[in-house]
Parts: sequence; structure tokens; C-alpha cells
Amino acid sequence: MSWEPRIVGFLCSWCSYRGADLAGTSRIPSAPNVKVIKVPCSTRVEPAFVIKAFQSGADGVLILGCHPGDCHYIEGNYKTMRRVPLLKKMLKQFGIEEERVRLDWVSASEGEKYASVVNEMTEKVRELGPFKANNGEGQHGKN
Amino acid sequence: MAKIKLALYWASSCGGCEIAQLQIGEKLLKLIEVADIVFWPVAIDVKYKDVEAMPEKSIDVCLFNGAIRTSEQEHMAKMLRDKSKTMISYGACANYGGIPGLGNLYNREMIFNRAYLETQSTDNEKGVTPQTSIDVPEGNLSLPEFFDTVRSLPQTVDVDYIIPGCPPEEKTTWLALEALIQNKLPPKGSIISHNVKAVCDDCPRTKNEKKVKKFYRPFEIEPDQEVCLLEQGILCAGVATAGGCGAMCLKANMPCTGCYGPVKGVTDQGAHFLSAVASIIDSTDPEEIASIIDDIADPAGTFYRYSLPDSLLRRAKVS
Repeated sequence: MSWEPRIVGFLCSWCSYRGADLAGTSRIPSAPNVKVIKVPCSTRVEPAFVIKAFQSGADGVLILGCHPGDCHYIEGNYKTMRRVPLLKKMLKQFGIEEERVRLDWVSASEGEKYASVVNEMTEKVRELGPFKANNGEGQHGKN
Repeated sequence: MAKIKLALYWASSCGGCEIAQLQIGEKLLKLIEVADIVFWPVAIDVKYKDVEAMPEKSIDVCLFNGAIRTSEQEHMAKMLRDKSKTMISYGACANYGGIPGLGNLYNREMIFNRAYLETQSTDNEKGVTPQTSIDVPEGNLSLPEFFDTVRSLPQTVDVDYIIPGCPPEEKTTWLALEALIQNKLPPKGSIISHNVKAVCDDCPRTKNEKKVKKFYRPFEIEPDQEVCLLEQGILCAGVATAGGCGAMCLKANMPCTGCYGPVKGVTDQGAHFLSAVASIIDSTDPEEIASIIDDIADPAGTFYRYSLPDSLLRRAKVS
């Protein structure tokens, strides 16, 4: 069976999850590669969640939140906006390409945007190929 | 009453844990009253073969410091586990991988190339790197194998207790030894330490709302003695680190680097530290955020200073 990118999508319940719903009810086609996890706010996504996703076999992680200024919790998405670039910089040191993590803003009315972000991300990860976390479990910690 | 049989061993470590063990000072005499030290390479002349000859579970307690980086260390960890009733992981390297664990950002080949071929001070014309075995006229010589990945002691053998620190503070060491002497060791799996909350809980500095426009490395700034270092833009791991040390570094105007391990309830100390640091950046403009993040030269080495092998990813993927 040919390889398909596995992407974990963390979607904020107020905007992006509804955006994804709209994409569905509007029958806008989008790649089926994103496994969606609904979170109360994009800032609920601790860096450890993203790391755990990669450790558990994800090839990419997509985080979607409300547009800046629109956060239901006033400034949650600003915290996400600060965390993700620092996390990406660190993950690079772990051999995880920056493009494997994407943060974007999708509102409840942006079904089209949801579909295009998902499609772009899927294609990007497809280009990068599978990510296999290496935990040094092999004999003598072989990597 | 028969004396307690105590063994102490070092693996991939710097020797600081031995200094910390001696730091208990005259209390060492109290320990000797009730305990016989049967193995301690730094201080007494007992050979590996003597340990091999000891019956299984004949050692009451083994204090093991250092990470597992070579086949010899792995062998000794397994042997001492078999010979000891209670195995105590002593210090950050044994507990979480420690400073040697940062080697997990590379592999053996990269480390050998750097250490034996590339450094400016290296004079190695023949390009010799350590081999596990070589035949010479006198016979065969062998060296332990150097692993690609550093592991912690709990990732190598079953461990009964953890004593945190780099090195453990005198009072932490004594807390464990006293419990041992009085036969009042806590339930298996416990971390033996004074404080289960964060280092911030021990830290006497005043803490206000944290908003940071620029991060500094400790040498780049003369910090205020009274105010939280994180507020001043110094990467202090106190928020992600278990207390119990008494915030010694903070009292010396230096940031916490995280040696007492993750704060209770946190599995990945580095990710937790990163999260706290990023959240206090005082900007809502992506470009400005990027330039503030540029101040952090080595995120992996800073956030996982002592805990890389114990982290979720354990090591970097290198090609």
C-alpha cells in the first residue's frame, strides 16, 4: 500500500472546527489526511502535544485557531502565535523540518480556507515524505 | 544488627555526584556506623570481579550516578541491579540523562568526528577513532562500545528511587540516607526530595506579570537581585523544574537550569519550559516575535539541559 501523509490537526472549537464543519456541509473537497482533534482554544495545544504527535507516528501537525483579535478567550491565539515559531525552531534541532508544523487562522465562515490549508499541508508533507521518530530503542541506541 | 551493605557507582558523569556524596561531611561517620561500603570506585579498591563474585541481592542499597552511554555502563547497571535489593538513581544524569544526554542531538559518528578529527586543537593525522577491539603483538585489546543514544538509568534497569540534582544538594542526599539508616524509605518509585512544587516556590525573588521584549544569556546582562529572572528576560527553568534544592542558583543571581527534573505532573520538562518562555513574549506581531525568538540561540540545549534522553522524543533524528 502506498504511503499517505498522516497529519494531526488541532482545531479550536470556536472558529476552526466550525470552519471545518462548514467545509464539510458545503461539500468542499479536502484531503482526508488530517485527523482532527477538537481543542477549546489553539493555545490549549501544549508544545508537548505536538511532540507527542510526532513521537506517535504523525508526519505533520496542523494547528488552527481564530484569527488574531478574534480569540474567544481574548488572547489565547496570541500565545499560540508565540509558541509555535519557538517550537519549530527547537524541532529543527531534533531533525523535524519546520514545514511539518503549520499554524494558521481559520474562522467559522472560512470553509474554503480550511480546505485549501488542509490540501496545501497534505501536499507539503507528501513532498517531505514520512517522518519516523527515532527514539534510540534499537540495539546500542542505533538511530 | 547487621550493617547495611552499600554500593556506589558512577557511569557517564563528571564526578560531581561523588563530591556531593562526600559533602555530607561528618554525617558520613554516622553512615559508616550503620553501613559497610562494599563498592565505590572513587574511594575504595574493589574490582569488577569482586562485584561479580557477590551473590544476587547481597548488596542492600546501590547509589548509581551517571547516564548510560557505553556498553560497560550498561553492563555495570544490570549487574548492580541484580546484586542490589534497592537501586537508587542518584543525580540528574542517571535520572534523566543529564548533560551527557545532550549528545542525543547527534550520533556516535558525529561525536567521534567532532572530538577526534574536527576540533581546532586536534592533532590526529591518521584519523584514529576509538575501536571496540584491536589486535596488537601483545594480544587483543578491547574498549567498551560507545552507543549512538544516551539512556537514563530507569530506561536501562528497574529503579526503586530517584534522588534529584546536578549534583544533589547535601540536604537531599542526607534526606535519602537518613531514611535509609532509619529504615523509613518511602514507597517504591518515589523521588526523594524536600519540595514537590516548582523551584519558583523556593525562590525568594518578587514575581510580577511576565512580559519580555528581549531574552538574554546570563553573561549579557547584570540582573536585578530581587526580581524574577524570567521577567528580566533570562531563561530560567524554575517554572518547569521541581524544587527541593532551595533555589540555590537563584540566590546566587543565576537562573535555574532544571537539574531537579520536571515539576510534578509534567512528563516532558523541555516542552513545558518552552511553553512558559514563549507565552511571556511581549508582542502580537509575528515579525517582532520572530526577532525576539532569535535571541534564544540553542532552544533544545536550553530547554532539555538535563532531560533530553528522558523526553518524549529522546533523541534527534540525524541522517
